[in-house]
Amino acid sequence: MHSRMATEGLRENETLASLKSEAESLKGKLEEERAKLHDVELHQVAERVEALGQFVMKTRRTLKGHGNKVLCMDWCKDKRRIVSSSQDGKVIVWDSFTTNKEHAVTMPCTWVMACAYAPSGCAIACGGLDNKCSVYPLTFEKNENMAAKKKSVAMHTNYLSACSFTNSDMQILTASGDGTCALWDVESGQLLQSFHGHGADVLCLDLAPSETGNTFVSGGCDKKAMVWDMRSGQCIQSFETHDSDINSVRYYPSGDAFASGSDDATCRLYDLRADREVAIYSKESIIFGASSVDFSLSGRLLFAGYNDYTINVWDVLKGSRVSILFGHENRVSTLRVSPDGTAFCSGSWDHTLRIWA
Amino acid sequence: MTIGGPRGRHPRLQMPCLRKMERMIVSMQDPDMGIKMRNQRLLITVIPHAMTGNDIVEWLIQKYGISEEEALHLGNLIVKHGYIYPLRDPRSLVLRADESPYRFQTPYFWTSTKWPATELDYAIYLAKKNIRKQGDLIEHEKDNYNLLHKRINHTWDFVVMQAREQLRAAKQRRKGDRIVIDCQEQAFWLVNRPPPGAPNVLEQGPERRNCHTTRVQLTKNMDYYKREIEYCRKAMARTRVKSSICLEGYIKFNEQYVPHDPIMSGCLPSNPWITDDTTYWVMNAPTVTTPTKLRVERWGFNFSELIMDPLGRAQLLEFLKKEFSAENLSFWEACEELRYGEQSRIAEIVDSIYQQFLAPGATRWVNIDSKTMERTLEGIKTPHRYVMDDAQMHIYMLMKKDSYPRFLKSDLYKNLLAEAIIPPETKKRVFPFMRKQRHSSPSPALLLPAGDAEERGRSPSTAPVPEEES
Repeated sequence: MHSRMATEGLRENETLASLKSEAESLKGKLEEERAKLHDVELHQVAERVEALGQFVMKTRRTLKGHGNKVLCMDWCKDKRRIVSSSQDGKVIVWDSFTTNKEHAVTMPCTWVMACAYAPSGCAIACGGLDNKCSVYPLTFEKNENMAAKKKSVAMHTNYLSACSFTNSDMQILTASGDGTCALWDVESGQLLQSFHGHGADVLCLDLAPSETGNTFVSGGCDKKAMVWDMRSGQCIQSFETHDSDINSVRYYPSGDAFASGSDDATCRLYDLRADREVAIYSKESIIFGASSVDFSLSGRLLFAGYNDYTINVWDVLKGSRVSILFGHENRVSTLRVSPDGTAFCSGSWDHTLRIWA
Repeated sequence: MTIGGPRGRHPRLQMPCLRKMERMIVSMQDPDMGIKMRNQRLLITVIPHAMTGNDIVEWLIQKYGISEEEALHLGNLIVKHGYIYPLRDPRSLVLRADESPYRFQTPYFWTSTKWPATELDYAIYLAKKNIRKQGDLIEHEKDNYNLLHKRINHTWDFVVMQAREQLRAAKQRRKGDRIVIDCQEQAFWLVNRPPPGAPNVLEQGPERRNCHTTRVQLTKNMDYYKREIEYCRKAMARTRVKSSICLEGYIKFNEQYVPHDPIMSGCLPSNPWITDDTTYWVMNAPTVTTPTKLRVERWGFNFSELIMDPLGRAQLLEFLKKEFSAENLSFWEACEELRYGEQSRIAEIVDSIYQQFLAPGATRWVNIDSKTMERTLEGIKTPHRYVMDDAQMHIYMLMKKDSYPRFLKSDLYKNLLAEAIIPPETKKRVFPFMRKQRHSSPSPALLLPAGDAEERGRSPSTAPVPEEES
């Protein structure tokens, strides 16, 4: 009995070791294949593009009202309203143009790390340490009790790190500390598709702007950025060049590439057709992680919020840093450009949100 | 779920910035290229191996080619993390760009070395202070002292003994060294036990990579590698595009879109966030009578721009009507409704699409190739969310490759371009410091009564945007 088990154990170990080495050698060959078609660098191609002139962006609005760290925010399609969530469980909907608060709800959990505005502007979704994603319809009824109308949609086995509605109010895509992403039907709470492949917590996701859209990208603590087919649940492409957790991923406006921000203090650009990393945005003086990234409307600028309280603005094509924005008094935890590209909003552990233009 | 300081994982892994900061600190102390250190006078005592705040800022400016503001900010963070501490006003971990003296923290007290700072160590530190100051501690230190006294009461004799021993040893040192060690220790505790109100630079947020996922990872090892191999094989087989071609794409995209990027090129009449004037939003609302020139031009960039803009889509519909192919757009919209609709309505929507667009003799029959039609008709026997994908793609490509180029050449489009508005730039206000009144706008959630909110939430892609009050 003992010797048979020992032999089986030995066989299993051999198979495991040989699988591992096969996987490693294939990975190496894949890198070689990718490298073969890499005939020029982005900044070389960008030499003939005009350099950017003086760059001035200022805080135009400061939104005060959260009693604790702001963790996440999202814009409404009306280009002025936003939803934000914080460590103390508060989720607030603001008209950021007037800085008025329009709705507020307190979640039953702390660290609400994810929030999203529905495409119709009629609902918001949020979640965090409760391992769930809940949808709240926005109402202006007299005795408004948003919490009463709450709908629990997603159920994960660990914290919710990101959520996003798809093209309608009826579907939500979530990312979780349990290492998976999932697509849910809002009305029934049914799990439509799950996405397995990350080797650790998934921290962020972004839906592709593609016209025939059905893909999204996710980033995680396994240092991988993975592109998924929403319909089949399969991982289509995977990129592993960061040295640390990937905190944020965002598609380039054309949909042909995406940017990532990581704890390794760099942001990177990955091209989907070339199937490789094509640019790194880093500076020796930047040593704190990038928590959140987003492109300007044309994709020429990449705004990145960092854990050193600053926002760095990068020239996506030339690879250089255009500007550094000071103002927040603690980590910048979230950053999104407005739907029409007129401004961007940053949220911070200093309890405030700022609109920059 | 644990929150707060990292446990279990070594800090240099959890906070990669610490390792980088340490490298910075080491190069700051390089005998040739580092900061020139000298004796600094602190009242009547001379402290060796010290530098001024100015020295630090200057060095950072030179080394990294950054501005003074950025250097000061970076230097401040280094001080906040306890790698450099002030000799004057040691309770405030702030970098001043003047002649204030600073010193490098000894590696013994580096944030990443002595990790985590234990309760016992803190107790000994407070006990020392308590003895030296004869009970006159700062408020929060007094509170902590009492708290610890209660919590680790059983080892309190040991704590007091250690404290006395360390104080005795300290008395044997030169005054200069004593001051330095006191400062070092104080700085360490300011970082690891910040006073109330001061930010805790070591706070990391919810713990990542908890046991659950690593356990899952270990048991799936064989499957994990099998999946990796499968993925690599598929990836090797995929077609890749040469970098030069891909990157050219960015240049072209950049050229096309930069004039439309408000942050890059400004916007007319003005950016609402800068001037408080919302005319820009009013003029670019989803449904206006006359669109702006930039907007109409954008419809010419690619088909997606046209169909995703509600106004553009309406114009496309007008055009398709003229060509008697309006049913294509309607079909595509219905398919979108299926793809992004509620799970419970799938069968209903599929049937509706079939009746309107696919059934023989349907009023708005769409022209799909026979193979796709056959596959689709077979598929709708067991309706699911993606059952119309092939048909939808076929019609989308038809509109894109066939109707769209004709649309761009049509009189309809040419007229739209000709009649489109170029808003004049808002004249700069005479009294710029007088802020324009910021008007509110009705929330999208208000547009229809509550019951209809669900109805509206169903239709994908575009959100209603309220008209602006004047």
